Amino acid sequence: MRTDRPDNPAVVDAAAELVAAYVHVPFCRRLCPYCDFAVQVGGDTDRYVTALLAEIASAEPFSRPLDAVFVGGGTPTSLPPRRLAEVVEQLASRFGLAPGAEVSIEANPEDVDAGVAAGLRTAGFNRISLGVQSLDSSVLRSLGRSHGPEEAVAALGVARRIFPSVNADLIFGTPGDATWIESVRGVLASDVDHLSVYALTVERGTALSRAVAAGAAAPDPDEQADCYQAATAAAEAAGLVRYETSNFARPGRACVYNLITWAQGEYAAFGNGAHRHRDGERSWNIRRVDRYEERVFAGESPVSGREHLTGWNREVERVLLGLRRAAGVPAGSAGSALLASPAGERLVAAGVIAADGDRVRVTRPLLGDEVARELLALEPIEC
Amino acid sequence: MTDTSRIRNFSIIAHIDHGKSTLADRILERTGAIAARDMREQVLDSMDLERERGITIKAQAVRLHYTSPRTGEEYILNLIDTPGHVDFSYEVSRSLAACEGAILLVDAAQGVEAQTLANAYLAIEGGLEVIPVLNKLDLPAADPERVALEVAVVLGGDPGEVMRVSAKTGEGIDALLEAIVDRLPPPAPAGDGTLRALVFDSYYDIYRGVVCYVRVTDGVVATGDPLRFMATGEDLPAEEVGVLTPKAVPVASLSAGEVGYLITGVKEVERIKVGDTVTRRDRPAKQMLPGYREPKPMVFSGLFPTDGDEFERLREALERLRLNDAALVYEPETSRALGFGFRCGFLGLLHMEIVRERLEREYGLELVTTAPSVAFRVRLSGGEIREVRSPQDLPESIERIEISEPMMRVMILTPTEYTGTVMELLQEHRGVMSSMNYLSKERIELVYRVPLAEIVFGFFDQLKSRTRGYGSLDYEVDGYAVSDLVRVDILLNELPVDAFSAIVHKDKAYLYGRKLVDRLRELIPRQLFDVPIQAAIGSRIIARETVKAKRKDVLAKCYGGDVTRKRKLLEKQKEGKRRMKMLGSVEVPQEAFIAVLRVDED
Repeated sequence: MRTDRPDNPAVVDAAAELVAAYVHVPFCRRLCPYCDFAVQVGGDTDRYVTALLAEIASAEPFSRPLDAVFVGGGTPTSLPPRRLAEVVEQLASRFGLAPGAEVSIEANPEDVDAGVAAGLRTAGFNRISLGVQSLDSSVLRSLGRSHGPEEAVAALGVARRIFPSVNADLIFGTPGDATWIESVRGVLASDVDHLSVYALTVERGTALSRAVAAGAAAPDPDEQADCYQAATAAAEAAGLVRYETSNFARPGRACVYNLITWAQGEYAAFGNGAHRHRDGERSWNIRRVDRYEERVFAGESPVSGREHLTGWNREVERVLLGLRRAAGVPAGSAGSALLASPAGERLVAAGVIAADGDRVRVTRPLLGDEVARELLALEPIEC
Repeated sequence: MTDTSRIRNFSIIAHIDHGKSTLADRILERTGAIAARDMREQVLDSMDLERERGITIKAQAVRLHYTSPRTGEEYILNLIDTPGHVDFSYEVSRSLAACEGAILLVDAAQGVEAQTLANAYLAIEGGLEVIPVLNKLDLPAADPERVALEVAVVLGGDPGEVMRVSAKTGEGIDALLEAIVDRLPPPAPAGDGTLRALVFDSYYDIYRGVVCYVRVTDGVVATGDPLRFMATGEDLPAEEVGVLTPKAVPVASLSAGEVGYLITGVKEVERIKVGDTVTRRDRPAKQMLPGYREPKPMVFSGLFPTDGDEFERLREALERLRLNDAALVYEPETSRALGFGFRCGFLGLLHMEIVRERLEREYGLELVTTAPSVAFRVRLSGGEIREVRSPQDLPESIERIEISEPMMRVMILTPTEYTGTVMELLQEHRGVMSSMNYLSKERIELVYRVPLAEIVFGFFDQLKSRTRGYGSLDYEVDGYAVSDLVRVDILLNELPVDAFSAIVHKDKAYLYGRKLVDRLRELIPRQLFDVPIQAAIGSRIIARETVKAKRKDVLAKCYGGDVTRKRKLLEKQKEGKRRMKMLGSVEVPQEAFIAVLRVDED
């Protein structure tokens, strides 16, 4: 086994000690019907960046420089590369950037041409994540996306030439998607380093959920299972390794920010609605852009909620997150309790989880939530 | 001793919601028993549950003083409240036996309903003088002319003699009070002076024990008298006698013709039987008053706590409920599927509903209720007759010769336009017509003999929906009949689930099994493996479905670092999981058990 394979326990466990920063950019050209993130159409991007810079400037650095930066959204490329560069610089000056740190940005295919890509590269980004979603024009339309398949393929080509590390996001299980596996193969043919496959999910309050309530077809879980299995086989045939429920990467190319999240590691976060995990506490910023800006400009904290897990609950969270990974998680007290419980025995018998030395792993990732609920239902023990 | 010629003992009888309690309140108010402003609305319905359902569980007797404004004569009116909706009319008949007269109250908009008829017949059979009264004259929809005609057909009188009131506004109440003293007879003269008093109701008081409501027919009962309860053979002292005004007021004695309460110090409600006759131990009467019947449970159902740890609390709750509900019977039952619980017997469906609701509401218990069953009589090869109250107890087919099931005489009143659909409904439920009477051109009375088992699931709702709410129903026990019955079992993942078994007619077994299997397939969530659901008669499978193993149960989407929300969502789902019962290795939601009750409705 290559030691840098992203399903190598040593690799993923080490991420617990790494630190990251997430930056949220809420602006979009239009809203996708399935999206429930903190986004809005248009807005004063300059004012927002000013707020971001102020929030970063007042943040407490970690005891080590950042191992990963992730600028997500929304549509980060709704900000000009010049302004994005300021954000990266601000993070670097406030937190420091470790040598070889992953600096990642999300982008929509229609926004990425050679000029923009070069601008982003110059701004300091070394990894790009393209929201391809599908290479089927009718699926893209029903997902409310602005780009077509040709634009997506072109953007993947540009990204491949300019960025050391390229990811493509795909959405599976869109009702009526008859060409899913073609989309997967098409993206893999563009020589991506990383592939994220997300199941179309009907979230409350979205246009999609209203459409489904009004009688539109909902994603079918069995079809989604087929899609997932087909994608897994295709990705692995192309040399990508599944390392988390939805994520595949070539050895050495796992998303560090992602690994930190699932290792219960720490990350700072900036922007409206952004979630952070620092000093054992999870907290999140106010969702509305205008309120976020007002608070930051008034020198107040934009935090709108917190959660501080301790003891057993924190241990359960560690296992809950770690089980998302192909490498599993050191069993510890919660993982051991799960394996020893009647529910755990049923899950082992059904081939859903397995003990692996001192680790516990989910062996049927499509049933991960079944495992998670049993984990949460365990009687707490002192720890 | 009160001059009996100045006493009037009467009840108000009516179909549910025809305004009986409101009329009672108005009468109490007019006779000064209670000041209008102090009056809690409808004082005779004292339990919260009754107030919500608009029905009365326990009858009470109130003594009222009335001075006729016309003659200046003073009267004592004993208003005896009958249960407004009961499973069987026995309870009503006991209350009526304490009266000489009855007010037959009919909603002037709704007209005569099944219980109006059933109660009117009871009163007439009991030899009571009946004053027909139309209520709710204030309603715009009131049609007193038409309804007076219907009433006249029932009672065989003159529509002109039907009185008209609005209990809500008070209109016509004065005239009604005059009619009560004019038209209703006083108590009949007493016999030889040997004490006989009818126990027409009882009530459990936590301080005083069982309080009996009595009507003295002969002789006198005084505080301290040594008494004998003739049906049970119990000898007990009269610790206290009194009247309700409606407050309890002790009196020295109650004489023939009077109505009041009697306390003996007995704490166990089952030692006092409604319908029993009280006499003196030292000078006992030779004959009981007529009409006594032993209360007999007719409908049986298993009650199981959702949480197995609540079994003891359920036992305590049942013990306490039984303190004032002698008709409730129960014995421990063990179900492989549901664990420890109780097999409970009820007088009927309403009784079952009330008990279950009280257990859930007053005692905060979460219960799984199994499909109601009736008491079948099984004749065994040896000739022995065995009563079977639970499908589990049905002997194997080779051990039995025949099964009989309890029958009901069902009386339905409906607008004539629904006659066809009502007859169809009764046929579907194995009913056989006994008679059909036109009450008027628009209304018809249908009398059928129907197995009780056929009306225990949702029959009343079906009748209501087929007649757009206009049909009404009353029923009476009508013996047993031999029938071709089988037990349908349900197997989940090859294991029989006792809680889902039912004894049904052979011709309906396939349909029953099919429906139940289909319903369960919808209700049982997909598990980690395929779950076959089968219906079987003995070893023969009559229906089968499979709940396919689930393949995807994971949130595979982008989180943007929001770990908290994901965990909270899972925690919420976990709560749903807690409400599941494990049957073997299969998780079954509570709703599945309730669905069994509803299998006959669609």
